[in-house]
Amino acid sequence: MFKRAMSPCLAGLLLAGAASALAATPGAPGLGAPLTPAVLAEIELTVLPTGEGLPAGRGSVAQGAALYQQHCQAGHGTEGQGGMNGDLVGGVGSLATAAPKKTVTSYWPYATIAFDYIRRAMPYTAPGSLSADEVYAIVAYLLSRDDVVPKDAVLDAQGLAAVKMPNAEGFYPGE
Amino acid sequence: MNDNMLVPVAGNGLLPLRALNRRQLLAGIGAGALALPSAALAAGGRPSWMQGAGAGMRSYGTPSPAETVSRVAIGSQPGTTGSGASRTPLAALEGTITPSGLHFERHHSGVPAIDPAAHRLHIHGLVEKPLAFSLEALERYPLVTQLRFLECSGNSAANLAAPEAPDLDVATLHGLVSQSEWVGVPLSVLLEEAGLKPGAAWVIAEGADAAAMSRSVPLAKALDDAIVALYQNGERLRPENGYPMRLFLPNYEGNMSVKWLRRLKVTDQPAMTKDETSKYTELMPDGRAAQFTFTMGVKSVITRPSKGYGLGAQGIYPITGLAWSGQGEIRRVEVSADGGRSWADAALEGPGGPGAMVRFRMPWLWQGQPATLVSRATDSTGARQPTREMLVQARGPQSLYHYNGQQRWQVSAAGDVRNSYV
Repeated sequence: MFKRAMSPCLAGLLLAGAASALAATPGAPGLGAPLTPAVLAEIELTVLPTGEGLPAGRGSVAQGAALYQQHCQAGHGTEGQGGMNGDLVGGVGSLATAAPKKTVTSYWPYATIAFDYIRRAMPYTAPGSLSADEVYAIVAYLLSRDDVVPKDAVLDAQGLAAVKMPNAEGFYPGE
Repeated sequence: MNDNMLVPVAGNGLLPLRALNRRQLLAGIGAGALALPSAALAAGGRPSWMQGAGAGMRSYGTPSPAETVSRVAIGSQPGTTGSGASRTPLAALEGTITPSGLHFERHHSGVPAIDPAAHRLHIHGLVEKPLAFSLEALERYPLVTQLRFLECSGNSAANLAAPEAPDLDVATLHGLVSQSEWVGVPLSVLLEEAGLKPGAAWVIAEGADAAAMSRSVPLAKALDDAIVALYQNGERLRPENGYPMRLFLPNYEGNMSVKWLRRLKVTDQPAMTKDETSKYTELMPDGRAAQFTFTMGVKSVITRPSKGYGLGAQGIYPITGLAWSGQGEIRRVEVSADGGRSWADAALEGPGGPGAMVRFRMPWLWQGQPATLVSRATDSTGARQPTREMLVQARGPQSLYHYNGQQRWQVSAAGDVRNSYV
């Protein structure tokens, strides 16, 4: 689907860029310092929809329910709805109606996005404080609210990447 | 008054452009002269500020205490102070440059307090040599200068979603757009230094804010005109605009110009981040959503007259506003005073150029008649700014982003101005 996102013109530019052997730019001083794998491992946050970038670890729906109450409920309400900072679940099937409700379960096309976002940005007051196990558990809990995963699900890297989201086919490349 | 400057060029009082330059000749046309405050003529003809030496030099200047212009419509998620937006006071400003302190803001977890000496830009992924750049290092690269607008793709959305025209002013409606002179290092230079590997197609950009805000950028854009901006309007970036460095992607939706730029990961696919899936995608009536709609469309808005900037005594008033397009240069702005039944070309001002805002002006003779003021811009691709009706028809009211419909201001017989769909 990513190929489709590119116009022929854009794809042509990409080929040209890749084929140019990338000679150093005249006048560029070449001051980039080597970036070591150790540093990279510490700062890397990106999770791709394929699951690449997901860390080791696992978490269950039950664990996630407790963690949700502790870390998320204040902003997002009981069981993922009714909070002051937006609903995270519900609204599945509402997108084509006059009152579409966009949530993690109704709108987000990949479960990997929830892991990526919660790990990088949540909880709002202490981003980066959750362990990988805890993030897996919270994602499992949220997805279970709308039966995207079973109530007894345990998610890990492989399981999360394999989740089929209700709106997985809902996006197309715009103009 | 013996020439034909008062012969309208379009309905409801639009005047020939040369009236812009000869307004002084027309002062008698019902326009009451502005009363001078008597305090200005103090003893001996010297106002107080001419009766002694003024203030000394200052290390960093600020606006006159008499000026109260500020960002407007500042709002944040409940329970937060830095997860929201502030808007540029478009009607209070002139020319085409937005003062840095009035540039709109959109943050996802506040403004980070970054130590510039400790900050690094990391480049890795599908590259031969993963690299880290300090601010000091980037200073030694050849810099380029770009006069460019920056617009949040959620700008003006209230005019699309609300069934009735919301009673809002121009800044609240359209103030998520600003223009600056950005100076920075071409991103292509840094990517070339790292050396792209085969298969490289996207660059995932990430900020050093608490949200580590992240967006996927097509490699073609990164190699074209993207810069790592270090300066804004001649000085270092302001903290709220990405200090000490930000990605700047001319013509693309503002969210992609990732502030506080910390990491660029070269990949073969987009990361499908939260902000390019759950946000900044346009939901269509059929329930599907357009994604990766990067380029901002052709747009204009009349900034005065507008709500809160109404008319007083009858006479000649300048209609003025801003126009911009992410697709090409602004070629033409037309103005109507009769709700779009007739149009006349406005005068265009400013440096202009690709991705730059222009200022437009049109003289208007107001004799107390109700009016509906509208502008529509056309860019160098021939694209003309659509009406609201066209966009609602094409995309429905829920598409939220990239709304560039024509703004209509209804002027009452009393000279008050309000937002209107009709």
